[in-house]
Amino acid sequence: MKFIDDYRRPEAVAALVDKIKRVAARKWMLMEVCGGQTHSILKFGLDRLLALEVDWIHGPGCPVCVTSVELIDAAVELAQRPDVALCSFGDMLRVPGSQRDLLTAKALGGFVRTVYSPLDVVKLAAVDASKEWVFFAVGFETTAPATALAVKQARSLKLTNFSILAAHILVPPAVEAILSSPANRIQALLAPGHVCTVTGLKDYARLSQDFKVPVAITGFEPCDILYGTLSCLEMLEQNRYDAVNCYTRVVKTNGNPAAQKTIYEVFESCDRNWRGIGVIPSSGLRLKAEWSDFDAIEKFALQTVEAKSESECIAGSVLQGEKKPDECPAFAIRCTPDKPLGAPMVSTEGACAAYFKYR
Amino acid sequence: MCLAVPGQIIEVVSEGELDRCGKVSFGGVVRMVNLAFVPDAGLGDWVVVHIGYALDKIDEAEALESLEYFRQIQELEEQISPSVKGGFDGYIQ
Ligand code: SF4
Repeated sequence: MKFIDDYRRPEAVAALVDKIKRVAARKWMLMEVCGGQTHSILKFGLDRLLALEVDWIHGPGCPVCVTSVELIDAAVELAQRPDVALCSFGDMLRVPGSQRDLLTAKALGGFVRTVYSPLDVVKLAAVDASKEWVFFAVGFETTAPATALAVKQARSLKLTNFSILAAHILVPPAVEAILSSPANRIQALLAPGHVCTVTGLKDYARLSQDFKVPVAITGFEPCDILYGTLSCLEMLEQNRYDAVNCYTRVVKTNGNPAAQKTIYEVFESCDRNWRGIGVIPSSGLRLKAEWSDFDAIEKFALQTVEAKSESECIAGSVLQGEKKPDECPAFAIRCTPDKPLGAPMVSTEGACAAYFKYR
Repeated sequence: MCLAVPGQIIEVVSEGELDRCGKVSFGGVVRMVNLAFVPDAGLGDWVVVHIGYALDKIDEAEALESLEYFRQIQELEEQISPSVKGGFDGYIQ
């Protein structure tokens, strides 16, 4: 397919790999922020091709993996109400809450519906007034514009049976938290291309300057990832740092202003608890006061109480790049995609699931 | 989660600030996509689509430029490194 096959050509992959091998005088530690990139790196075996040049640290960029237990619990509680139709992306169904996951809530009689887009939930709410339709809104800046658009559509249609459980999160504050940690070992960043399609480069340019790290805005095909890697390694070897755009066919310097405007018309930033990591200041999006009639937490008077995560799971260390999934004692033994102990084993983009599938 | 797929607009079906919609072809598979955030994208344009909406247009000139850059690297590497020329098997499709 156009814009895909060209970026998977074996000859181009081989040439980029060879060039990287010649550029790298030593092994460097790179974090790919986005779970989609983690998936590609393992799927296409890029980590094996560059085993001597790059140590890949898999970042926190999987929203399914970092959604807090208390928000999962709130979704489960909603799903168990007889009047509610809880709509969610499929990946969220098997993420363990403190008591149960959404799939179990469904088995117990809850109405849980897998959807492809929040825009579909607005359509469902418009045709079926017998239920309260709630969208479990997880995702980064890439996903938030669609949720914001759905909320605006719901208001323009005067729907009173549509609301969202807002769990959106923002990438730059999380990256900043990881780079600020005394345990940080990351020397360069592959920044998430589709998040930047919405936001532009600004925050990543700032992170690059503040922490003196090379940053490459990177796409998802093998050539894209290798191109971003090459740019980072060139900067590292020359002792330079900057934020460079290696995904120019999709990412514009200022991002998509129309999408940004819609996000911040409906949402404002708030502190958010990241599963396995903890509370990160200004790292989430909540509905503004004037849109609170679409806030499921207010509408259903939900109490979100902080809940403990599973004990054996070291997802926090995995998500912050301190440990690799196969260093977890439960990995592939007590924790598998069929019986996940932690969220990174559930989501197809979770680092643990990627290691399980491709290693 | 941030997966987004390239597709080509084959028809703009409705206009409107919140529900500008069009048919987008993904290698022959056609889906209805919200085009609210790409107001200047029209028939024949390529867009990247994420959960039912177009994130942005794809810049074809930029795409060609990066492919040209990869081609140049390939040419150079073929002259100096044997693994590009002599049957490369490290790549897992
Ligand atoms: S392998 Fe399972 S238990 Fe271990 S960190 Fe990953 S999700 Fe948690």
